[in-house]
Amino acid sequence: MIGFVAGRVGKGIVVLLAIVVLNFFLIRLAPGDPALVMAGEAGAGDELFVAQLREKFGLDQPLPNQLALYVRNIASLDLGYSVRQQMPVATLIADRLPATLLLTGSAFAISLVLGVTLGALAARRAGRAADTAITGLALLFYATPLFWVSLMAIIVFSVRLEWLPSFGFESVGAGHAGLARAADIAHHLILPAMTLGLFFMAVYVRMTRASMLEVAGQDFVKTARAKGLGDRTIQRRHVLRNALLPVVTLAGLQAGTLVGGAILTETVFAWPGIGRLMYEALLQRDYNLLLGVFVVSSAMVLVFNLVTDVLYRVVDPRIEAAR
Amino acid sequence: MLKRTLIGSVFSLGLIGAALVQPALAQTAGGVANAVIQPEPPGLMLGMVQNGPTQMVAGNIYEGLLRYDEALKPLPGLAESWEMSPDGKTYTFKLVGNATWHDGKPFSAADVLFSVDFLKQTHARARGNLAKVASVTAPDPRTVVFTLSEPFGPFLGIFEVGSLPMIPKHVYEGTDYKTNPANNTPIGTGPFMFKEWKKGSFIRLVKNPNYHVAGKPLLDEIYWHVIPDAAARAVAFETGKVDILPGGSVENFDVPRLSKAKGACMTTKGWEFFGPLSWLWLNNRQGPTANKAFRQAVMYALDRDFARDVVWNGLGKVAVGPSSSSTRYYNAKLAKYSFDPAKAKALVKESGYKGETVRLLPLPYGETWQRWAEAVKQNLEDVGIKVELVATDVPGWNQKTSEWDYDIAFSYLYQYGDPALGVARNYVSSQISKGSPFNNVEGYSNPAVDKDFAEGAVAVGDAKRQEIYDRVQKTLIDDVPIAWLLELEFPTITRCKVKNLVTTGIGVNDGFRDAWIER
Repeated sequence: MIGFVAGRVGKGIVVLLAIVVLNFFLIRLAPGDPALVMAGEAGAGDELFVAQLREKFGLDQPLPNQLALYVRNIASLDLGYSVRQQMPVATLIADRLPATLLLTGSAFAISLVLGVTLGALAARRAGRAADTAITGLALLFYATPLFWVSLMAIIVFSVRLEWLPSFGFESVGAGHAGLARAADIAHHLILPAMTLGLFFMAVYVRMTRASMLEVAGQDFVKTARAKGLGDRTIQRRHVLRNALLPVVTLAGLQAGTLVGGAILTETVFAWPGIGRLMYEALLQRDYNLLLGVFVVSSAMVLVFNLVTDVLYRVVDPRIEAAR
Repeated sequence: MLKRTLIGSVFSLGLIGAALVQPALAQTAGGVANAVIQPEPPGLMLGMVQNGPTQMVAGNIYEGLLRYDEALKPLPGLAESWEMSPDGKTYTFKLVGNATWHDGKPFSAADVLFSVDFLKQTHARARGNLAKVASVTAPDPRTVVFTLSEPFGPFLGIFEVGSLPMIPKHVYEGTDYKTNPANNTPIGTGPFMFKEWKKGSFIRLVKNPNYHVAGKPLLDEIYWHVIPDAAARAVAFETGKVDILPGGSVENFDVPRLSKAKGACMTTKGWEFFGPLSWLWLNNRQGPTANKAFRQAVMYALDRDFARDVVWNGLGKVAVGPSSSSTRYYNAKLAKYSFDPAKAKALVKESGYKGETVRLLPLPYGETWQRWAEAVKQNLEDVGIKVELVATDVPGWNQKTSEWDYDIAFSYLYQYGDPALGVARNYVSSQISKGSPFNNVEGYSNPAVDKDFAEGAVAVGDAKRQEIYDRVQKTLIDDVPIAWLLELEFPTITRCKVKNLVTTGIGVNDGFRDAWIER
């Protein structure tokens, strides 16, 4: 097991390096650079102004030098400096990371718990009204675009019913502390986490249902039943456990998007997270910041892939993880 | 409650009633203003960053020597009085005596001298505005004397907070400006002090208790909320989470609905100093747009009333020519182009246009601009011009315009009250230079125009300047170096209980010093 993990970490580092180099060139393919963007926003700018900015951003150096410098910095775990925001990239990311992890983590938990529960429920009642209702709902959430769901949720729950706040991480200037603050943040979290979680919930519902139905027809389930085991035990220990593998695969994929996958939700709900940071960095061609977010999120994807592979072995000991 | 109903019914008696009652209402001190800021500014150090949102927030932290009313007449700022010598070459400013920086150090003439020096290095527009300044001296701590190499008509117009903000000498002297940690905790002399910036969420300013104008400011705090989605900003106002939507912070099609909401007030004032004018860059170097008849055809083909009424929901004015109506020496009599597709067709024919596809670059600033580009495409195709829309994002737009890689491109720019400050730069040949999207991007070059703009800047006396600027505007309107569209209006929408927010020609950018909230 340890050898397996070590091998995967080694491969991961190589992949990460390749990602850094690739991203470095990819974002420079986009037209415009950060100096032009800043000059543009100022509504004025002579050549001297743009040249000064380019120098500040280090863009006056030849491209290979910029790349070498960047890779060297990354290797020493230094994500660099965002000239635009006047702050180290690591600080900017660290500032935003908790908000994003809270949002995506909650959405992850909501979708996984609700999805598997509802999916299992639908499988047990296959063909009956409850099944139709659950799969119908899942199909609806699966097919509806996220931003539309978000906006409709705002209109219903914030504007009409006035139950939930429509934007932000917490009540600004309310001076909450301790538990009151936690409750306030949770209150703000409900809408974005729910809307973000709905899509994956729908996926889990369909996956769990299909997979359970398939497993339920297999011989070992019949054997279990012949042994005289109770229906509950059979469903939980024999059917669900074996049906979970595809769900774990999907959960691993979703976990990979925990860091960077909530751009739309964060934008609509003004959630101060990484997704928005990345999107704005892209629009502003803030290369260092953008690369920093890329590095952190690709590292996360690699980590979660590894965790998924390990989890396979826990869920189903028959699987021998390939080296 | 009773009080509110009473005031409400008094107001509903009409304008006269309101005008009589308003001064009688005591201005209440205290309260928190919740405003939207869009997009989130990259920084608040006004001497280093000059984009719109930065000016809007930091204009209340920093101050300039002067402010300007709606007619662009100078008002006292950090200078309490000023005078110009008869030859127009020496300007003497008397500074207020009791201004202090937010860290407690006194503000003095030495700071003004330092700021001029600082901004010449970091502020592209200030560098241009100060080009004719031969020397700046401080005979005593409360007096500053600017000596010019030759008269410069708009000189008294360059001291607004976004154009020439005062920078604290004791904080910046001898440091590397770019990396000075104070850039993240700006220190000014303004009515509000920087308190907190939670990136991605909000910026918090608090009242400056030692502000040099007695009794000001009235508000205790300002929160600028960062809400990236336009629909969500509108909802934030509707649900009462924010009370102030500065110009440009919601999509245009939301303006009628929001401004008619219960308890909402709307004003288009407060942009006179900026005079935002929109136009189409027409590439004068190559392609069909290099031909004068073709450019005139574009002018006749555009249905600008339609654009104003439909795309902009009735906000704005059809532009006469290079000057916006709030800019000095504007002349409405010079209007020449009306919507006339027949004439446009004839001119297209006369230009020898052979049906080449013309690339049209919209401004990537949201829905309104996208729809406008579609309307313009339709107008041009109606007179037989083949148009292809080119999609870009903001950096792409900047690069394409500043590298002259376009045929027709949308843009809009501020005019800063005077043709020598905000108009000439787009037409004189000395401003033809790759790498900036705000100079003479179209590549128009006319020695007569160059000469007129040069003379207009140094001429003394309004009559003389009017004559020169009338002449140059006439030439430009005939030549159509670019196709002027609309004078834009950016409505500020507030809850009506927010009073006195927009009192000057600079609007919200320095408006919070007088603002108060009725309770």
